[in-house]
Amino acid sequence: MPDQTNRIIKGREIVADDWTVLRLAEGEDAATIAVPDGKVIVPLATWQAQKETLSTRPAIGVWLASSDRPEELKGELDKFAVVAVDFPKFTDGRGYSIAYNLRMRLGYTGELRAIGDVLRDQLFQMKRCGFDAYATRPDRSIEDALKGLTVFSETYQASVDDQRPLFRRHARVATAAEHKDVGAGI
Amino acid sequence: MYQYDQYDHLIVRERIAQYRDQVQRRIAGELTEEEFLPLRLQNGLYMQRHAYMLRIAVPYGLLASKQMRMFAHIARKYDRGYGHFTTRQNIQFNWIELEQTPDILADLASVEMHAIQTSGNCIRNVTADEFAGVAADEIIDPRPYAEVLRQWSTFHPEFIALPRKFKVAINGAVEDRAAIAVHDIGLTVVKNDAGEIGFKVMVGGGMGRTPILGSVIREFLPREHLLTYTEAIMRVYNQYGRRDNKYKARIKILLKAIGVEEFARQVEEEWADLKGNAETLTLEEMERIIAYFQPHAYATLPAIDPLAGHADNKAFANWLKRNVKPHKVPGYAAVVLSLKKTGVPPGDATAEQMDFMADLADRYSFGELRVTHEQNIVLADVEQRQLFQLWQEAKAHGLATPNIGLLTDMICCPGGDFCSLANAKSIPIAAAIAERFDHIDFLHDIGDLELNMSGCINACGHHHVGHIGILGVDKDGSEWYQVSIGGAQGNQSAIGKIIGPSFSAQQMPEVIDRLLQVYLRERTPEERFVDTAQRLGIAPFKEFVYATPIETAGRLVGEDEYA
Repeated sequence: MPDQTNRIIKGREIVADDWTVLRLAEGEDAATIAVPDGKVIVPLATWQAQKETLSTRPAIGVWLASSDRPEELKGELDKFAVVAVDFPKFTDGRGYSIAYNLRMRLGYTGELRAIGDVLRDQLFQMKRCGFDAYATRPDRSIEDALKGLTVFSETYQASVDDQRPLFRRHARVATAAEHKDVGAGI
Repeated sequence: MYQYDQYDHLIVRERIAQYRDQVQRRIAGELTEEEFLPLRLQNGLYMQRHAYMLRIAVPYGLLASKQMRMFAHIARKYDRGYGHFTTRQNIQFNWIELEQTPDILADLASVEMHAIQTSGNCIRNVTADEFAGVAADEIIDPRPYAEVLRQWSTFHPEFIALPRKFKVAINGAVEDRAAIAVHDIGLTVVKNDAGEIGFKVMVGGGMGRTPILGSVIREFLPREHLLTYTEAIMRVYNQYGRRDNKYKARIKILLKAIGVEEFARQVEEEWADLKGNAETLTLEEMERIIAYFQPHAYATLPAIDPLAGHADNKAFANWLKRNVKPHKVPGYAAVVLSLKKTGVPPGDATAEQMDFMADLADRYSFGELRVTHEQNIVLADVEQRQLFQLWQEAKAHGLATPNIGLLTDMICCPGGDFCSLANAKSIPIAAAIAERFDHIDFLHDIGDLELNMSGCINACGHHHVGHIGILGVDKDGSEWYQVSIGGAQGNQSAIGKIIGPSFSAQQMPEVIDRLLQVYLRERTPEERFVDTAQRLGIAPFKEFVYATPIETAGRLVGEDEYA
């Protein structure tokens, strides 16, 4: 299992990936499950239960469920080569806020990977919220998914990717000739 | 009104390309219907009972005449010759082919319009007072702030897959005409003691199966913090709103679960990290947006009595009384074109009427129109001296029914005739009631009365806040109607109370009649129906309505006309 070679999108490229995501099956216990050797991304609960042994490993990652709170990793984020956020359904948008908080409130700068139900049409907003790696759903073309990253060349609001909203990035000019009385009526 | 700059154009153009590609992938089978669903909903495309329905955004209800003409064009080219104006101040078309939707978007983009986020679990079209900019009681024009929110919320990457839909309304006047208390976020512009402009922030209002009025979580938010504070609210909701049950997923349920104070505390905590960041509005940006909403080049005119010279024209007098509203500039008035003519589904307009309304706007009102959340159209800047001429023309096109604010000016959702969510029809009930009370003198005598009707618990017809509310319900596979009274929107917002067991469609006109009889018997000279209902409670109404059986035989007027 640790040798399993998968492909993910990293940045804007498709790359081979040798990480394994450990998911607990029903009845398995986060505290007692045996974490396989190699590069493994473990659930938050497993990390919390087995922190002592896991932190001695050369490469370890952690993943957050959409109901997990990223603040639980406060002060520990530099221990991980990868932090992943799971999207149990592509319509579950909690992962976007988790990513935002990991980047903006907790200052995480390492790889932030979207896992789970990750589809082409979600990639652009994922990137904006701070993800830089995407384990897209294996039943869909990863080459196609790559196109999802370049949908828009401008955006209105600030997010993690650019913390300046459009009105601070560009001088926006009122174009209508009749609107000269700037500032009146405020 | 706001004009797109190169960036607005670019974003809408790239959106069309993205959406066109999504449609192609759906048709090619690369996207399942389940995957396509949230994508099309974020573009206002619903699968309805008969066909796709496309909802087009009219930001805060404001339209240029060329935009209204585009609706007429869409109605003719892609639909069946009419459109339906909605309580979200939008327009929707009911007979749309999926394959044509990208072309419709391209047509819309040519007049600076789109269908972005008119549906789906994201921040919807921001609504505002239809008399913004002209109302005498206005503190400040809310539209620039609505526009700021429109841009900020458009494709917000973090809030595109919320637990549920999210609605924002903004009011800038003393009187709330934007129904802010029944929105997820309701903003009222206020000035503090230092004369600074800010917002009172209300959160957690909404209708649906759990009607709740919003709670104030902040008395004064300086306006430059509008976006960061909204972002804080959205982030708390996105993370902690319920997702296990769609009926308990609105922000009102989160507020109820954790309490207003705790919710406000979490928002303030979140906001502490955002306050003052780059999303804080600059004076320059606000001035740029406000510049688009400057008053028109009004002529210097004396205030006149529009009825002078027409004193014996009762029809014109009725229209002036109901459909013409005061304007802050002397010599001007705001005109409401009624889309509530008897025999027409409330809010519907034909392509011909849309073109005509656009012409009226060009000739009488600086080329602008507004869509009201009561599903009518406003010409906000009409010279009083032209009212008679305007009235005659509007009348000839079926747009001058003198019933604004009266019983027949009903808010009514499309109901079971169109909507796949509906439990019951609403349009035939509206038609039957309109027909029963099609006596203008009687209606004027009854006076202000808001009758709101929804075909299902989702409450698109705002029945909870109707002075009389009608809700279509399903009982053992047949359609019934539950009646409530005493609801109200605006500054005295209230949720109506149900008077008792529901009625059949055929009984409904008589039920309304009986409610009115109680009102006429009990009212004091100055009381509106809602005042009497709130003063007396439901008991006398309930007693009279249920005292004797209501005839159920016979065909319901209008029953088959709109299927």
